[in-house]
Amino acid sequence: MFQFDFDIILKTLPYLLKEGMAFTLTLTALAAFGGLVLGTLLALMRLSTLPGLALAATGYVNLMRSLPLVLVIFWFYFLVPYIGQAILRTERPVEVGAFASALITFTLFEAAYFSEIMRAGIQSVPKGQLSAGYALGLNYRQVMSYVVVPQALRNMLPVILTQTIVLFQDTSLVYVISITDFLGAASKVAQRDGRLIEMYLFAALVYFLISFLASLLVRRLQARTAIIR
Amino acid sequence: MSYNWNWGIFWELNPEGTGTYLDMLLMGLRWTLAAAALAAVIALVFGSIIGVIRTLQHRGLVLAGDAWVEFFRNIPLLVQLFLWYFVLPELLPKAAGMWLKTLPNASFWTGAIGVGLFMSSRVAEQVKAGIRSLPRGQSMAGTALGLTTAQTYRYVLLPMAFRIILPPLTSELLNTVKNTSVALTIGLMELTARTRAMQEYSFQVFEAFTAATLIYLALNATLTFLMRRLERAVSVPGYVTGK
Repeated sequence: MFQFDFDIILKTLPYLLKEGMAFTLTLTALAAFGGLVLGTLLALMRLSTLPGLALAATGYVNLMRSLPLVLVIFWFYFLVPYIGQAILRTERPVEVGAFASALITFTLFEAAYFSEIMRAGIQSVPKGQLSAGYALGLNYRQVMSYVVVPQALRNMLPVILTQTIVLFQDTSLVYVISITDFLGAASKVAQRDGRLIEMYLFAALVYFLISFLASLLVRRLQARTAIIR
Repeated sequence: MSYNWNWGIFWELNPEGTGTYLDMLLMGLRWTLAAAALAAVIALVFGSIIGVIRTLQHRGLVLAGDAWVEFFRNIPLLVQLFLWYFVLPELLPKAAGMWLKTLPNASFWTGAIGVGLFMSSRVAEQVKAGIRSLPRGQSMAGTALGLTTAQTYRYVLLPMAFRIILPPLTSELLNTVKNTSVALTIGLMELTARTRAMQEYSFQVFEAFTAATLIYLALNATLTFLMRRLERAVSVPGYVTGK
């Protein structure tokens, strides 16, 4: 019968956490923040009365949401060097690090999903709030940034956090461009030492515990904010 | 941009000897469709069973349903596929493990079933929400008419619940199609994998990825159209989904 080797996990734990989990968590946090900022802008564009802006934002969001993340990761992996070249006007395609490439990909991809959440959030704010803001003499930018968006963020916080948990799990897909995130680190050890079973089971357990505990916290938060409203 | 465009590449022969590059991508599309179809059926069957179980008045069954959903929802799909593909055959008795490993098209079966089980947790959530969204009186009326629990679900609750959740089920179906691309990590040569292979053979990165993007968009549009037709065909006049 198969012998489970706990030693390999203990021995490689510092590497898995410091190299792998640090990458995964940093990528998740930065991409969630960037995606939320960009997503909010996209949502405002979609809800704006300028038809060109609304159309462009809708097109972008629908395009991103129709494509598999794996394909989008490949797209940006190859595209970003050329975009860099175009922006910096260099001779050859710019070399972009693995982290930057992954961060750009996930920020742009998640922005589409966050924009749908923020659009629902902005629409959930009563019209009277908007009118009240204008009546006080605030301009569009002030109404949005001081009145509407803060309330939308608050209403949507549980959904935003749930989407961030999904993002946390999705970052494991950087495996396809051989980046050493948590799963990548586990997979490297697994292949080097021929310990697939231990490493993949351990990786699954870690992802499960983090996502499960985080979703429990989100549920508690949801219950608390539901009482306040 | 220092990139050599060559849109004619699709009509050139691929080095695999299976026709043109376009044939190669279409072959990938076929695997994507096959995997997505099998995964969708698995997701719908298991998702419905688990979703129903979680609305029953039975602590044990509800707990089991919850456990199923939490398990499949909180582990990344990629890790789940690795578990089924690399880990499961080793943990089974020797004969069963050998059989799994030597199965023809193992990456297809593992990929499709893995994606199906992963999606079943999401479908279960929708089915549960659909049943919960019905007025309590519906199941009471069923009981009052002398129907058993099974009959109440079969004839009263589920027909309405499924109609209500058709729109979210459509997006879960689209997610199922998209998620089959993750199976490329265990060697399934579906559309995204073939696109990547085409890029490696021909160095025409952007033509290959543009083609894949257009195919995925067309697939999305077709499925959305068909599901809208289905929604209209089964809608009940005067009810939420009816028009």
